[in-house]
Amino acid sequence: MKELFRRTRKSFSSAEISEQAQIPDDLWVKCSACREIIYKKQLYDNLKVCPKCGHHMRMSAHEWLGLLDVGSFSETDVHLLPTDPLGFVTPDESYAVKLKKSQQRTGMADAVIAGVGSINGIVLALGVGDFSFMGASMGSVYGEKMARAAERAAEMNIPLLTINTSGGARQQEGVIALMQMAKVTMALNRLAEAGQPHIAVLVDPCYGGVTASYPSVADIIIAEPGANIGFAGKRLIEQIIRQKLPAGFQTAEFMLEHGMIDLVVPRNELRDVLARLLRHYDRRRQTRSVPASEAPAYANGRP
Amino acid sequence: MEQHELATANQELTAWDRVLRARQPQRPHTLDYVFALCEEFVELHGDRRFGDDPAIVGGLAAFGERTVVVIGHQKGNDTRENMRRNFGMPHPEGYRKALRLMRHAEKFGLPLICFVDTPGANPNKESEERGQANAIAECIQTMTNLRTPIVAAVIGEGGSGGALAISVGDRILMQENAIYSVASPEAAAAILWRDAARAPDAASALKLTAQDLYALEIIDEVVPEPPGGAHLNPQAAITTLGERIQAHLDELCALDLPTLLQRRYAKYRSMGRYQELADVLLRSVKQG
Repeated sequence: MKELFRRTRKSFSSAEISEQAQIPDDLWVKCSACREIIYKKQLYDNLKVCPKCGHHMRMSAHEWLGLLDVGSFSETDVHLLPTDPLGFVTPDESYAVKLKKSQQRTGMADAVIAGVGSINGIVLALGVGDFSFMGASMGSVYGEKMARAAERAAEMNIPLLTINTSGGARQQEGVIALMQMAKVTMALNRLAEAGQPHIAVLVDPCYGGVTASYPSVADIIIAEPGANIGFAGKRLIEQIIRQKLPAGFQTAEFMLEHGMIDLVVPRNELRDVLARLLRHYDRRRQTRSVPASEAPAYANGRP
Repeated sequence: MEQHELATANQELTAWDRVLRARQPQRPHTLDYVFALCEEFVELHGDRRFGDDPAIVGGLAAFGERTVVVIGHQKGNDTRENMRRNFGMPHPEGYRKALRLMRHAEKFGLPLICFVDTPGANPNKESEERGQANAIAECIQTMTNLRTPIVAAVIGEGGSGGALAISVGDRILMQENAIYSVASPEAAAAILWRDAARAPDAASALKLTAQDLYALEIIDEVVPEPPGGAHLNPQAAITTLGERIQAHLDELCALDLPTLLQRRYAKYRSMGRYQELADVLLRSVKQG
């Protein structure tokens, strides 16, 4: 199966996609966008992009690891576990119970996988969100893993890649969750001082406190076609302005048109685009374009 | 009621009581503080990109012996003024004005004082088109390593990312009846209780009061208000907060820049509550 996704050099693959999906159980799926019935194997071969309409379906954090060179990933900070700092209880469910259920359902401790791996041999630090874990909301563990990923990248003098999907800050952790926006951004200063890039990929959906913090100040921002990306949710805006929002509002293409992101890249080209970008930064090791004495001193996140 | 009784009553306020006090239209707002605490205030306008947002005000002012840059959300005292100020809910150009003023403070080595008082960043179509998320993110990033002391004071509502955008700093103060929340109690109630009318319950669960946030080590100080709340005696509230800002600024200005920035880094880097499994295992081993 591993080779299937590498038939074209441009695509990437995920061992986890095939292993976790257990394809024989459920051979056909319906595309949520075009409603066409798709053979599941064909969908997974196509990196969960609908072969009929090109709709990019959500990938789990584990599936995203297929973006890296096969066998290159080593996970870090697996021992970080969420707590319930506020003792948050709603009539439906307490945060503690919700966490336990999400952990059992996803097999993850919280919504982020972090680690070190490589793309085309170029080593990088990685942080990936998983929307199926409480909407990849950013709580303490999410923030800590991303912050450590940034610091690790700085220490190892390697680039940082973040793959971001989130409903925003995790309400059950209150202002502690909100402060993760500042924490991750703070840690990224180390990366800037090390002169290494942060490349952020925004995938569907990405909202609220995540969009409004570290990915939006990345050196390169890439989004997947059709991904919903924004600050305030569409329903909230529609309630407030009492109008329907136009089709295409808050999509990746909308973000590109308004100058908020660098590129919209289809999933099967992403690995190739990332590899090309990474080579540009990596090339600096061999060739120095600016005389050392005249290299701009990089201070304070700005030249 | 005697002062003593009022003070006791203050301690028994529910989170929702604090929310209502924080939103009291007669509470002093940013410009009330600036005009009362500073001299020679010159308001500076515009983001140099798109426009001037009246929901955020800022400028140069003499505070004590120092010239400082002040930035704050600005609510109105009446409906008309609130319409003009968009109830203190900034558009991206408001945050980009703040950003410009932050860099101005850094460039000229002036301390930065921020007054936080917003229901949140404005959620509408135009804000999204002009990059609300980007504007907030850039403010946060700039404040994380701005090379000058920053004191932020929450004087009313601290509404989520729209408040955080101008309140990353070396000291975060909150007035006794101010609130700071990841989401408005109404929004949290609508989502988690499926009923916006349960906002008082959400307010309590969100731990949004100054007292809660001090206990959680998110803020540095709870600044007392006059009995019954700042709106009943604005002058006293302003004076007390002014004294506390001054005290913190004196401490921060005595630090050298690398120390200031290292401490700011450590302050935010340590925010968060999680368990490290290694610690848990180690403890259980020690306990046998």
